[in-house]
Amino acid sequence: MFNLKSSKLSLFGSTKNLEKDIDEFVNILSEVGLSFKSIVKRYLSHSTDENFEAMLEKVTEMESRADTITKQIEHALYEETLIPDARSDVLRLLEHLDELIGMYQGNCYHFSIQKPDFPKEFHSDLMSLTETVVECVESLCLTVRSFFRDIRSVRDNAHKVTYHEKESDIKFSSLARRIFSSNLELDQKMHLRYFVEKIDRISDQAEDIADELIIYSIKRSV
Amino acid sequence: MELTIILFLFGGLFLGWSLGANDAANVFGTAVGTRMVNFRTAAIICSVFVILGAVVSGSGTTETIGKLGAINALPGAFACCVAAGFAVYLMTKFGLPVSTTQAIVGAIIGWNLFTGSQTDTGTLTTILATWIICPILAGVIAIGLFLTVKKIISKSRIHILRLDAYTRLALLLAGAFGAYSLGANNIANVMGVFVNVSPFTDINIANLFVLTSIQQLFLLGGIAIAVGVFTYSKKVMFTVGNDLLKLSPVSAFVVVLSHSIVLFLFASQGISSFLISLNLPALPLVPVSSSQAIVGGVIGIGLLKGGKEVKWSVAGKISIGWVVLPLLTMVIAMFILYILKYMFNLSVVF
Repeated sequence: MFNLKSSKLSLFGSTKNLEKDIDEFVNILSEVGLSFKSIVKRYLSHSTDENFEAMLEKVTEMESRADTITKQIEHALYEETLIPDARSDVLRLLEHLDELIGMYQGNCYHFSIQKPDFPKEFHSDLMSLTETVVECVESLCLTVRSFFRDIRSVRDNAHKVTYHEKESDIKFSSLARRIFSSNLELDQKMHLRYFVEKIDRISDQAEDIADELIIYSIKRSV
Repeated sequence: MELTIILFLFGGLFLGWSLGANDAANVFGTAVGTRMVNFRTAAIICSVFVILGAVVSGSGTTETIGKLGAINALPGAFACCVAAGFAVYLMTKFGLPVSTTQAIVGAIIGWNLFTGSQTDTGTLTTILATWIICPILAGVIAIGLFLTVKKIISKSRIHILRLDAYTRLALLLAGAFGAYSLGANNIANVMGVFVNVSPFTDINIANLFVLTSIQQLFLLGGIAIAVGVFTYSKKVMFTVGNDLLKLSPVSAFVVVLSHSIVLFLFASQGISSFLISLNLPALPLVPVSSSQAIVGGVIGIGLLKGGKEVKWSVAGKISIGWVVLPLLTMVIAMFILYILKYMFNLSVVF
C-alpha cells in the first residue's frame, strides 16, 4: 500500500511537470511566431545583418528546446502510460506543432541563405501576410490550450484559425499576382513567389492542425 | 471426518476461484480494459478488498441464500458448489461475463428438486426480481453519475493530464469499494451453503476481537476469490472493458462506481435497517450479480450517448448467458448429486 501511495504521489508530481512542459511548448510556438515576424521585418529593413543573425540564433535555440520538450513528453506519456485514450492524439498533435516551429525556422534560414530581393513596393504586403500568418498560429495556440483545459472552446478557437488562414490565402494570392504582374525578371518572380508561398503554407498547416483538434476534441468528450 | 470436510470445502473454494476469475473481473474490467490501471495493481486491490468485504460484511446476503434452500449435508453443498463453479468456468471459457449468483441459485434449486425439498417461492421471486432490478438500477445510477461528473469536469476546466490522474485514482477507489461490496455481497454464493455445516470454531484473537467460524469460512472463500482474480481474470477484464462498448476512462469510472453502489445497496444491513426505520421499503439483502450491474451501467452510458455505439449482439449474447447459466447449473448439480448418491453412496440430505 505504501508503494501504491508513493506511486500515486509521483503520478501527480509528474502530471504537474508534464502540464508545465506542454504549456512551455505552446509558449515556444507562440514566441517563435513573434520572432519570425520580427525577423521578416528586420530582413526587409536591414537584410541579414548581425541583429538578424542573432534573432535567427534565438529561433534555433527555441526550436531545439521544443524538440527536447517533445521527447520528454513522449517518454513520460509512454513510460507512465498516461492518458491512454488520448495519448496518440496528443503525441501526433505535438509532432505537427513541432513541424510548424520547423517551418518558421526553415523560412528564417531561407531568408538568411537565399537573401531574396524583395522590392520596396512589396514590403508592406509581405509584412501584412506575415502578420496574418502569425495571428493564425496565435489562434492555433489558443485552440491547443483549450484542447488541454477547456474542450468546449476548441471549436470557437479553431474557427478563428480558419478565418486567419482564409485571410492569409487572400493576401498570398494578391501578393503573388502583384509579383507576377510586375516588371521583374521571371527568375526573381519565381524566387519571391517561393518565399511568399512558404510563408502562406504555415497558416495552411495551422488550419490542418486546428481541424485535427476538432476531431480530437470530439473523441475526447467524456 | 475433518479430511472429508476439507475435501468437500474444496467445492466451495473452486466456486470462489470461478467467482474471482469472472465476477471479480467485472469490478476492474473497465479500468484495466481502458488501460487506466494495470492488471497487477487491479488484482492486488481487488483481492485485498474482496477478502475484507467477505469477512467484515459478508453475512447479510447469506441468510437469503440459506432461505432458498437449507442444504444441510456436506456432499450436497459440495455438489452445488462444484456445479456452479464448473458452469461459471465454462461461461468464462466462452468469454461471457456471468454471475455466480445465478449459478448458485440454479444449483440450490437443482438440490431442492433432487432431494424433494421445498423451494421458497417468495425468496426465489425476490432473487429473480433483483436480477431485473439490478441492471436497471445500475443503468439509472450510471446515467445520473455520468451527467453529474460530466458537468463537474466541464465547469472545472481541468487539464487533460490532471483529469487523467484523478480518474486513475478514482478508478482505484471505486474498484476497491466495488471489490469490498462484491466480497460482502457474493461471499454468500461461495460459502453460504457451508454456513450450516461450518467445520470451524470461533477464535479469540488476543482478546481484541473474535473471528467467528463463519468469518473464518468467509476468509477462506475470500482467499479463493483472490486466487481466481490473480490466475484467470485477466482475459475477462479485457473482454468486459472493451467488447460491449468502447468506454472513455471517465465513463469507466462511472460504470465501476454505479456497479459498486448497487452491490453495496443490496449487501448493506445498515442501509436496509435505515430504510425500514424510515418506514420505507427496504432493498432485499440478496446476492446480486456484479456482471449484471456492470453491464447495466455500461448500457446506461451507451443509451445516454444515443445507443448506437453499444454492441447489442454482445449484450444479447451476455443476456442469453444469464438465462442459460442457472438452468445449466441446475442440471449439472442434479447430475453430480446423482453420482454422489448412487455411485458413492453419500447422503446429500439429512
